[in-house]
Amino acid sequence: MSSTGTTNKETDVVSALASAIGTIPAIQQVREDCYNYLQQSGMPGLRHEEYRNTPLTKALEKFDLSRARSHGTVGAVTTDYVVPELDAWSLVFVNGLPDEAQSSAALLPGISIRPLQGALESGEGLVYFAKIANPKKDAFVAWNTVGWDNGAYIEVKDNTIVDKPIIIYHVTDASEGQVVTISRNLIVVGRNCELTFIQKFSSQGTHPRFVSSVTEAVVNENSGLNIYSFQDDAGEHHQFNHTQVLQKDATRVNTFVFTLNGKTIRNNLELSLDGERCESHMFGLYLLKGDTLADNHTVADHLKPNSFSNELYKGVLDDRARGVFNGKIYVRPDAQKTNAFQSNRNILLTDTAKVNTKPQLEIWADDVKCSHGCTTGQLDEEALFYLQTRGIPKSVARAMLLYAFAGELIEAIKVPALKLYLEKIVSSRLQ
Amino acid sequence: MLSIKNLCARIGENQILTGVDLEIKAGEVHAIMGPNGSGKSTLASVLAGREEFEVTDGTVKFLGRDLLELSPEERAREGIFMAFQYPVEIPGVSTINFMKTAVNQVRGHRGQPPLDAVSFLNLMKEKMHLVEIDQSLLNRSLNEGFSGGEKKRNEIFQLAMLDPKLAILDETDSGLDIDALKIVANGVNKLRSKDKGIIVVTHYQRLLEYIIPDYVHVLYKGKIVKSGGKDLALELEAKGYDWIKDDVAV
Repeated sequence: MSSTGTTNKETDVVSALASAIGTIPAIQQVREDCYNYLQQSGMPGLRHEEYRNTPLTKALEKFDLSRARSHGTVGAVTTDYVVPELDAWSLVFVNGLPDEAQSSAALLPGISIRPLQGALESGEGLVYFAKIANPKKDAFVAWNTVGWDNGAYIEVKDNTIVDKPIIIYHVTDASEGQVVTISRNLIVVGRNCELTFIQKFSSQGTHPRFVSSVTEAVVNENSGLNIYSFQDDAGEHHQFNHTQVLQKDATRVNTFVFTLNGKTIRNNLELSLDGERCESHMFGLYLLKGDTLADNHTVADHLKPNSFSNELYKGVLDDRARGVFNGKIYVRPDAQKTNAFQSNRNILLTDTAKVNTKPQLEIWADDVKCSHGCTTGQLDEEALFYLQTRGIPKSVARAMLLYAFAGELIEAIKVPALKLYLEKIVSSRLQ
Repeated sequence: MLSIKNLCARIGENQILTGVDLEIKAGEVHAIMGPNGSGKSTLASVLAGREEFEVTDGTVKFLGRDLLELSPEERAREGIFMAFQYPVEIPGVSTINFMKTAVNQVRGHRGQPPLDAVSFLNLMKEKMHLVEIDQSLLNRSLNEGFSGGEKKRNEIFQLAMLDPKLAILDETDSGLDIDALKIVANGVNKLRSKDKGIIVVTHYQRLLEYIIPDYVHVLYKGKIVKSGGKDLALELEAKGYDWIKDDVAV
């Protein structure tokens, strides 16, 4: 990369991916399209409406993509990224390379779990790849589409209840130098199925990291899908996360995003309720300190009648942390009798912490119930005093109130080991 | 047990207490009455340790210790309890968990071991009975969605659980119907004992028909302007506060 300042850096982070275009013939055309699109659009800067608070492009430009993507530390990392007591099928990726020794995903009746690359080469999932999430709606999705080199293809056949969660551990080992990983998942859930899918991001080492992760999922009639995402990477960690789910008739989708650490974290979550009688719950909790920035952009897109969506995101921000919440609800002309609710609540613990929150409701149908609300405030001093007058020390009272605030989201977790794990992290963080 | 001398306090630029003198001995019940804005609730809040009020002069000794030096939680652990006029709603914290934390904090301070689950439950059942409060209420988030009467009963329940040496009831009667008032008063009466002091802050005489005070004080413009026995409350009820105001003016 040139340091003269005359080079267009936005093109550099794009052209650095050029060599990836032809690596999987089955998707070469899509990648070429995305690449050309990126050459024209560039990556979004702070003047871009959807990235005005989040300098993710700036963060990406600091990486030397020709070097940061050389891997090869598999097996050298410790295993403290594992969620204790979690009975799950696990896949481990270290700096983007599958760590077979640590992975336990076996062949299961009714389920196929394999590298996405191999699946696409044999024609599986091609009808969905880069079609559930339109790459041209967000340049970071297009960038991922061109450059990804690892990830999972998960297919659940009709009438299969997957008895254990499937978890992907994304481990970034930056002890030797900076690391960039680009991963991609595709999940195809058949009819009458249940699946819980977890992604946990953790890091080792102190060099800067950039992690791009896109997950597309389709949920067919009468199935349920739970998606969890845990982000707990310390230090110079930048992340782009995009999860998009296409829901067919009578499907149930619950999403959970927990952001506990990092430098610049951007989470896109889009649910397309393209069926009737769907039910969707979107839960998010961000506990931020230091100079972490966590940006959650969510969309609940109601395309058909008689569905329900509810969204609850909460944040506790300490130090100079920054939160961004943008929640879009679309109710399309056909989506009569939609119920769609949204709430974003924040507690700022310092004068220097900050939240930008923006609900965006666009409603074309006339017979709907929609509501949204957002609050941002300090810890309730009156409640604190009340607890103190009962003999509870201020520090304990403070932790009790913060835990009570966050607890609603921890309570919503349906996997006991995950709930316990998060309870512990959150209560120690709030002490 | 409590000795207040020339207590002056303000909030912002507003001087509210202008020299309160009050002595309370163990076993006594003192009623503090007065017209709105006379400083009754401020006095209760200053004793409980509310930080918004700045003490500008005077001293408060509680069992020989300088009360004003202590944080609100230290005062509570030393044995002061204030029942709030407006109990706070705290979503996400159940009354039971909250009480367990509080009781064990207070016990720890007294050098007692924390209560195990069974002993805690037994203690709770006993005290619930005292204020006729249902366990389902205590399983819920603290005061959230409680009626006015339920909140006040919950205050007296907490009072009973924490077993303080000095209880301050800040307008506990406000907003209570007569049945709830009787339950609350009955709960307080059962806690009366030789070694406890009680301060009842109230605007109306009604509560004092059920919690019979040993002394009645009238607070006006931040000072105690008149003290007497329980008959003073009746006199105030009959004549209103105007004659006090006139007295003070003279």
